[in-house]
Amino acid sequence: MLLESIQALLPELNTAVLQTIYMVAISLVAALILGLPLGILLFVTDEGLFLKNRFVNAVTGWIVNLIRSIPYIILLVALLPLTKLIAGSTIGPTAASVSLSVAAIPFFARLVETSLREIDKGVIESAVAVGASPWMIIKEILVPEAKPGIVQGLTITTISLIGYSAMAGIIGGGGIGDLAIRFGYYRYDNVIMITTVVVLVVLVQIIQIGGDKLTKYVDKR
Amino acid sequence: MIEVNHLVKIYKSKKKQVIGVDNVSLSIKEGEIYGIIGYSGAGKSSLLRCLNLLERPTSGEVKIDGVDLTALTSKELRKARQKIGMIFQHFYLASSKTVYENIAFALKAAGKSPKEIDKRVKELLELVGLADKIHQYPAQLSGGQKQRVGIARALANDPKVLLCDEATSALDPKTTKSILNLLKSINKKLGLTIVLITHEMEVVKEICHRLAVMQDGKVIEEGPVYDIFANPVEPLTRDFIQSVLQFDLPQQLIENRKGTIIKIQFKGAIAEESVVSELFQTFKVKGNILHGKIEYIQEVPLGIFIMELTGEIPEIERAIQYIQDRTQNMEVVEHVA
Repeated sequence: MLLESIQALLPELNTAVLQTIYMVAISLVAALILGLPLGILLFVTDEGLFLKNRFVNAVTGWIVNLIRSIPYIILLVALLPLTKLIAGSTIGPTAASVSLSVAAIPFFARLVETSLREIDKGVIESAVAVGASPWMIIKEILVPEAKPGIVQGLTITTISLIGYSAMAGIIGGGGIGDLAIRFGYYRYDNVIMITTVVVLVVLVQIIQIGGDKLTKYVDKR
Repeated sequence: MIEVNHLVKIYKSKKKQVIGVDNVSLSIKEGEIYGIIGYSGAGKSSLLRCLNLLERPTSGEVKIDGVDLTALTSKELRKARQKIGMIFQHFYLASSKTVYENIAFALKAAGKSPKEIDKRVKELLELVGLADKIHQYPAQLSGGQKQRVGIARALANDPKVLLCDEATSALDPKTTKSILNLLKSINKKLGLTIVLITHEMEVVKEICHRLAVMQDGKVIEEGPVYDIFANPVEPLTRDFIQSVLQFDLPQQLIENRKGTIIKIQFKGAIAEESVVSELFQTFKVKGNILHGKIEYIQEVPLGIFIMELTGEIPEIERAIQYIQDRTQNMEVVEHVA
């Protein structure tokens, strides 16, 4: 009976997992492309660094804080017009990716900034002293030196995004969360509920273990 | 090679301002090893960091090889910094880069081609004696080896000047010696001007030609190392020299003596003459050496002896006069009553 109902669920579950991965992947790419530079910008424009700029630092910091202080569920609704503009629709995994990306970018940016702060200031200074350009220092010193922290930040961001993506299910975003709400919650189907939770637990475990392994691999300290 | 004129560095915080460097002027010649000594907080590190503008002076001029660094654009300054090497107390190597990559970074910063970089890195590693560690990460190296990588990185772009920020302070005495020897040989081989700051007189004695003593942001004494060792003027300078040439006598020993206690300092060539043996041949006094030491500073001897002279008082006085004439540097510590 149990086995049968899980078996019947499999095609749905399969689609849901793929949709979750799809949403999370798109937002992760967005976080990497935009959040990484944003994090670097927050760091290098700060007091005492080689591109110190109080104005840029304050404005970026303010925007990042603003987005991060909005609960995701509200951000999700508030961004519906933007979602419509970018994705052409407000439902489905692609649409959900828009608000997920907006949430992921500042989140990851702060994690990048934090990992850059762990670099010994002297190492950055020694790069300034050999006459390296800001771009050289960012590319050759900051990013490689902070790589273990950045990989860890990426792991944390991925796991948070899986959690957020479940919320996206509420507005029909698709994915595992959507499945859990539609079948598990609205139809009181405990089997589906538990199965989706188990799938999520396994997914998060795999990502955490993989992330830790990768961090260890890139850490030369 | 390095001209510092009326350099002032003030650190401002919201509540107060701290003077790091207080109107310092220095002139460092090409090929010279110049030491700046002082306790922590004396401003020596600020001064050094002003020499490549890691800290921008509040006022004053820093000229390296005739170019006023404070007047350069940021691009020109980067170019100028490539010709000013710097090494640090804590080495500051990039931990994510191998020895090779750490040195290559400095060359890449100067826009060298991969082929040039490869050749130069290997030359440099040969020079600092680390050719076998080329693909190791800093975490796998000892302190002395890390500093050698630091030196190789600093020398990558054929600088004219090398700034050493407490370069040996984190190393054990044996490693310190080997790093100092390396610096000395680089200075000779490449004619490199070296400025080093330290709080260890031992380091200065070992390799510096000239020395500045700093206190409260000011240079309080400056000159050739030997002269400063032989005739320190300021109390702080004497303190530093004491740390190398210890010749304090226990008070009890001085009290129990019957004769006149004198301190003789032999400088340079005189240290090699037989002043003391002639003394005993000429005068009817007996001598007893209580303490003595000969230090070689830049291979020139500096001898200091504390002796007790006994005999007839007029004879002792004549003997003292004789030593005074011969050495020009004698001091009576304790006279006979």
